[in-house]
Amino acid sequence: MDTFNTDAPRAIHPLWLRATHWLNAVAVAILATSGWRIYDASPLFDFQFADPLTLGGWLGGALQWHFAAMWLLVANGLAYLLLNTGSGRLGKQFFPLSLRMLFVDLSAAVRGHLSHADPRRYNSVQRLAYLAVMADSVLLGLSGLVLWKSVQFPLLRELLGGYETARHVHFFAMAALVGFVGVHLAMVAVVPRTLRAMTFGR
Amino acid sequence: MMIKQSPLVGDDAVVKEALSRLEQPARRLFMQRTLTLGGLSLLTGCSITDNPGAEAALEKISRLNDKAQAWLFDPNQLAPTYPDSMIVRPFPFNAFYDEDKVPDVDADAFRLEVSGMVADKRAWSLPELRALPHTEQVTRHICVEGWSAIGKWGGVPFSLFLRRVGADLNARYVGFKCADDYYTSIDMPTALHPQTLLALTFDGQTLPRRYGFPMKLRMPTKLGYKNPKHIQAIFVTNTYPGGYWEDQGYNWFGGS
Repeated sequence: MDTFNTDAPRAIHPLWLRATHWLNAVAVAILATSGWRIYDASPLFDFQFADPLTLGGWLGGALQWHFAAMWLLVANGLAYLLLNTGSGRLGKQFFPLSLRMLFVDLSAAVRGHLSHADPRRYNSVQRLAYLAVMADSVLLGLSGLVLWKSVQFPLLRELLGGYETARHVHFFAMAALVGFVGVHLAMVAVVPRTLRAMTFGR
Repeated sequence: MMIKQSPLVGDDAVVKEALSRLEQPARRLFMQRTLTLGGLSLLTGCSITDNPGAEAALEKISRLNDKAQAWLFDPNQLAPTYPDSMIVRPFPFNAFYDEDKVPDVDADAFRLEVSGMVADKRAWSLPELRALPHTEQVTRHICVEGWSAIGKWGGVPFSLFLRRVGADLNARYVGFKCADDYYTSIDMPTALHPQTLLALTFDGQTLPRRYGFPMKLRMPTKLGYKNPKHIQAIFVTNTYPGGYWEDQGYNWFGGS
């Protein structure tokens, strides 16, 4: 690496972004794996998550992890959204988002030609994916709130179709998030320097 | 039935080894690719759960969650009620034992004990309880496991009963002891909630054995394990009484 650049380093990702990213990763890992244990106590569908994949050891333990990590997810998520909008980064990094550019980038991605030349700029597929995962995380939080406090938040409960529907919403929002994490990790494996950028800034 | 599991592996060594590997620069590039997956797999084992420090921290957060829930609890916010057509029949049986172990309480000999911070400690017979004002409601029972079922409970508004026995309504807890050796306790604001019933009937019938004869406390604002069945004794206290599941790690407030 060129000395000039290291003397005046400009982080690809600002420190607050890296911090909230990794705190979010910890929260999501705890919430997903403890959530699978909670799911197993009364499965919605004809399958269960294997015990070794789950966190908590038993239902009570899983609930303790889940209801502890939820504070981390919410506090960290709010900090991320506030900093992202307040700094103007949200508007700059994720917009404009056009359908045409999405097609162009998507077809390039499928053919393996998507450029990662400038890690500071997100392509349209990344923009859509990250915006979708933000929205999905908000939905996870809101449906979780209905499951935790269905009596105390009647409007939210009715918006989400009642307690039982909120359970399904929470499950599918989890599935979408886990699906995102899977693709996200695969992409990191393809372009490993993004992991370095997200950890050390450069 | 959930039983707390015992430790399977000793784990500090695993973490130490992982950290020492990360410190070797030559391995860093490789570890960069596997760090996230490795971190995930560390989290998923029993190792962290069985760490006494983690357990104590989780227990502390659970107590904070009790406070958060007490703060969120609106004493005037009613749980939704449903038409009779939505009642689940047969209503699911659920306890920490199988159905053939349900206690058999002798209705004639039964006396409900009342103690602690109450003016009138006289015991109550079933006919005396049945003579009190009675109300019915169709509400959703939500189990901590996630499933829910709609049922119809009838009985004495618990706030009315507490006032009738001259309970100190500023006390912190109401505790319950049951014929099946179950025990639990609730906060006073929930005890006084308008939908909290000392339930004597289910679906229009005398509360059946399998649903908690002779009485259960029915609270649509709390999870199932907070709703004790086969109640034999009620006490009002400022000393935290805990509960059967709560003492094993379920959240004490357990409200919805």
